[in-house]
Amino acid sequence: MAVLFAHCGIGAAVRGIALVAQDNFSARYDLDRIKGIFSRPGHALYGQSYAGRILVLNTVKGGVASAWMLRDMAARGLIPAAFLFNRVNPILAQGAAFAGVPLLDRFDGDVTALIRTGDELLVEPVEGRVTILSR
Amino acid sequence: MRLNDEEKAMLAGEAGSPRRWAIAHQLAVGHFFDAEDLVPVSQAHIMGDTESLGEAGIAFLEGLAAAPRDQRRVRIPTITDPRGLDFSSYARLKQTDAMAALEKRTSDALEALGVLMTNTCINYQTVFPPVLGEHLAMGDTGVVIYSNSVMGARSNFEGGPSAVAAALTGRTPRYGYHLDSGRRGTKRIVVRDRPRDWSEWGALGGIVGSIAGSYWEVPVLEGIDGAPTSDELKHFGAALASFGSVALFHMEGVTPECRKAHEVFDGPPPVPAIVTRADLDAFRARYAAPGEKVDVVVFAAPQLSLFELEEIAALVGGRRVHRDTALLIATSPENKAAADRMGLTARIEASGALLLSGVCFYQSYAREIAEANGWKRLMSNSAKLVNIIGGYGYLPSLGTTEQCIDAAVAGRM
Repeated sequence: MAVLFAHCGIGAAVRGIALVAQDNFSARYDLDRIKGIFSRPGHALYGQSYAGRILVLNTVKGGVASAWMLRDMAARGLIPAAFLFNRVNPILAQGAAFAGVPLLDRFDGDVTALIRTGDELLVEPVEGRVTILSR
Repeated sequence: MRLNDEEKAMLAGEAGSPRRWAIAHQLAVGHFFDAEDLVPVSQAHIMGDTESLGEAGIAFLEGLAAAPRDQRRVRIPTITDPRGLDFSSYARLKQTDAMAALEKRTSDALEALGVLMTNTCINYQTVFPPVLGEHLAMGDTGVVIYSNSVMGARSNFEGGPSAVAAALTGRTPRYGYHLDSGRRGTKRIVVRDRPRDWSEWGALGGIVGSIAGSYWEVPVLEGIDGAPTSDELKHFGAALASFGSVALFHMEGVTPECRKAHEVFDGPPPVPAIVTRADLDAFRARYAAPGEKVDVVVFAAPQLSLFELEEIAALVGGRRVHRDTALLIATSPENKAAADRMGLTARIEASGALLLSGVCFYQSYAREIAEANGWKRLMSNSAKLVNIIGGYGYLPSLGTTEQCIDAAVAGRM
């Protein structure tokens, strides 16, 4: 069981399966939020479902829309179980706080390399800790 | 985080549930970014297009609006970013009555909070320009970067919920660009060839944004000889924020916190990236599609100033837009009224173009109107727009204002 440490985050502890890419994130431009899949053809996770997965990406891009959109995605049950980033801008932190979605960033190392798709994770934002339960 | 007695009372619910939600939200965000306290802000600016809000966001605003009047009213002057729909022209764009109904619910809720429906992303040109050192809660990336950089004001990107929170509490978490330490230069750019038009200022923003690449980087530009205009800096900043998520730049001899470039770096200035004419040309070439049919030509993102509208009216010059091409222009309600009064709207719309008020193209259900109107190939002079609109399925091209107008008339590039 490997344990990764990050800056203390937002939200409650959660367990889930990782979906990882060395790419960035915009709720407005990368997602089909009705179907719950990555819909921008150039995105590394194009065509994949993000619902219920622990999404692990590099950083956030795009404008301010994600701050509203995460809550609507949560209300419709099509949202990642948690977000892990190398570094976020304020918009995703605000959106996570508004939607009640767990968020961590500022890891000791590149989180997109430390975690692999399919890893089972325990995410503990208050402690700033992610445990890889199984690989 | 340190809270004063008034802030503690808000958190305890003594000022009502909207303000309790607002300050709790601010504490969560502030804690995440290591803010030590909250800083009073003099204005808030709310982005709230209904596509972004969704039913959940609209219901949230309606919940705030249902609180007693003394609990729900904003505490500082609060204004809005462009709406998703212009009630006077939505049917022509094939937006739906259902979209209009969502827009009405949102506007009603915001007005019940005491928000002024300015519906603009160029409030620094048209409503109330920020002042050096003024702390703000601005909710549009273009507004933030212009306010921070050109005016020397202090704001982070405040997404819709956080801008609403700032409006209700009159403060925001003190981190990032509210701090002196966050405003120091981190990247150095030397510009060898001055951009020649608005699309090239946007291209420069795109190039610098790609170099910076993060909200936490502060690019410092050297080599811009003589002050650019407000519209040039508007296009530059909007593209820089769009391509790089950047919230502050310094420009030597131009922006108020950067008399000399070396003064804004901690330690020796870093080795610069050089931007030349070839880089500007290559940027535009990425979006080139010569001879292609054009479905829609868009002037927006940011909304147009009165001077930009005047230039478009002159370039249209009595010509007609091609029957298979749409020409759309978005401006603020204040500029639309001025354009009406000065005859600019009539001159522009005589061509078959549509001058939209209080909206912006990409915030107006861009995917749905593309499908409804059969639009694919889009041309604009806005580097920001061509950067983001591909995410909605468009094939974007960047041209000068004159090239865009000519394409709208010819129906192709």
